[in-house]
Amino acid sequence: MAAGFWNKMLNLDRRWVYLVIGAATFFPMLTVIRLPIKITPEVQSVYDRLESLPRGTIIMLPMEYSPDTMAELQPMAKAVLRHCFSRGIKVITTALQIQGVLLIEQDLRTVAAEFDKTYGEDYVFLGYKPYPDIVILNMGENFRKPFPKDYYNNNLDELPMMAGVNNYSNVDCIVNINATSGVDSWINNANGRYGAPLALGVTAVIATDYYAFLQSKQIFGLMGGLKGAAEYEKLIGRPKDIANRAMTSVSVAHIFIIIFIIIGNIAFFATRKRI
Amino acid sequence: MEQISLGTLIWMTVAAFLTLSIFSFLYRDNPFYRFAEHLIVGISAGYWIAILYHTSLTDLWIEPLVDSVSAFGAAGGSIPAKIGILLANLTPGVIGCLMFTRFFKSKAWISRWPIAYYLGISAGVALPLYIQSFVIRQVAANMFNPVIIYNTIVSDLSTLYYYGNSMMGIWTGIGDIIILLGCVCGLAYFYFSAEHTGVLGAAAKIGIWTLMIGFGATFGYTVMARISLLIGRFNFLIDWVSALGNYFNL
Repeated sequence: MAAGFWNKMLNLDRRWVYLVIGAATFFPMLTVIRLPIKITPEVQSVYDRLESLPRGTIIMLPMEYSPDTMAELQPMAKAVLRHCFSRGIKVITTALQIQGVLLIEQDLRTVAAEFDKTYGEDYVFLGYKPYPDIVILNMGENFRKPFPKDYYNNNLDELPMMAGVNNYSNVDCIVNINATSGVDSWINNANGRYGAPLALGVTAVIATDYYAFLQSKQIFGLMGGLKGAAEYEKLIGRPKDIANRAMTSVSVAHIFIIIFIIIGNIAFFATRKRI
Repeated sequence: MEQISLGTLIWMTVAAFLTLSIFSFLYRDNPFYRFAEHLIVGISAGYWIAILYHTSLTDLWIEPLVDSVSAFGAAGGSIPAKIGILLANLTPGVIGCLMFTRFFKSKAWISRWPIAYYLGISAGVALPLYIQSFVIRQVAANMFNPVIIYNTIVSDLSTLYYYGNSMMGIWTGIGDIIILLGCVCGLAYFYFSAEHTGVLGAAAKIGIWTLMIGFGATFGYTVMARISLLIGRFNFLIDWVSALGNYFNL
């Protein structure tokens, strides 16, 4: 009787699992219930660094995500941008992921408009160039080498913000929001070759790969996936933004996945034949 | 939600249709899914070429080349210098064009030159940095001084004993020990020149547990990533329905 039930569980049509996970993810989005979010030290250190910068300081915020990863990284990038603009920190941005160039340009414009920021004075968008390794290495010598012109075809020397800004030594730090293993290029070249202080915002899939660099102090902070974005939103005092709202769905979906894993394991052990 | 234009609403509806088409694969393979899949592949290729042309080919090659040619008509500057600049701007394009010899069977071997050039440059630039950032710095990060770990733990315990509060140093010390142990035991698991018995066997067992904990953490993060992507799409669908409702005053 019991074995029959567990056999049924093992042979359950996978579409029921999809349906339950879909419902567990969707319905919490319609509610106002918010689960608490704990701030981790690795996200706090990114916030603290930017919070400590005086007005007018320039940082680099390379944003490398595309429509397939925007759900995780767009809230993170917007939160960091909002933090910078609210504190008068100037931002140089690149988009070294080809499919995200237009998306990132739009995000940059949207957030800049919220804070009445002027292009060329408060922020600069350099755009895309192929071969990230070479581009990042060249920027270490001079931004003008890979980017003689910005995304809007302006000469960099014509932009007031870029006066006297030549390379990584003229920016306080780099916060790289990245969906791919292109992160390695930043660690390797910007930090490894030029010693630029680096923090990462990455998708959850690759986040565990980069904790080792946190421990070795090659990066000073790490934001992983939607949780990292939610933490940053909370730190900048925007707990009603998208990542925070989504975390309830994430938690509920995780509970159901854990339940499925437990059921799957019980069913496996209950039905396996003893040798 | 703010009022949006009809054009935006139409594009949102197209995006919603494509999202639902992709979701339909969860039920079973179908023509809607295949249409959406082929569309994204085609659009990605076209978009990639357009962006590459406008952001790389023109300003990194064509424009400098045109400038160096027109420099011959301008006054000033020595002719050898102008020829030098012209050659410097011409060479990358010529090397790149050699790749197209792949289309001619008898001359296809020439395409190996740009590949060899690119590989040589990449390896030369990347290898020293890679070893520095991904090997030496990582190894150095695992070289803990046992005396410092001991002192950290002892001083923290005494603070806890005398003043009743901890500076968390004890956990830093324990964390360092766990990292060191996990790293050494993880490496022991991959040492195949001796049988995994005795001390080596025990270390390898701890190593495999360390690896499993690492994989578990990665799996947990991966699940969160996938759920996040689903939330992103659901969020868009909710926005689309609200936009429809707002536009038609429903």
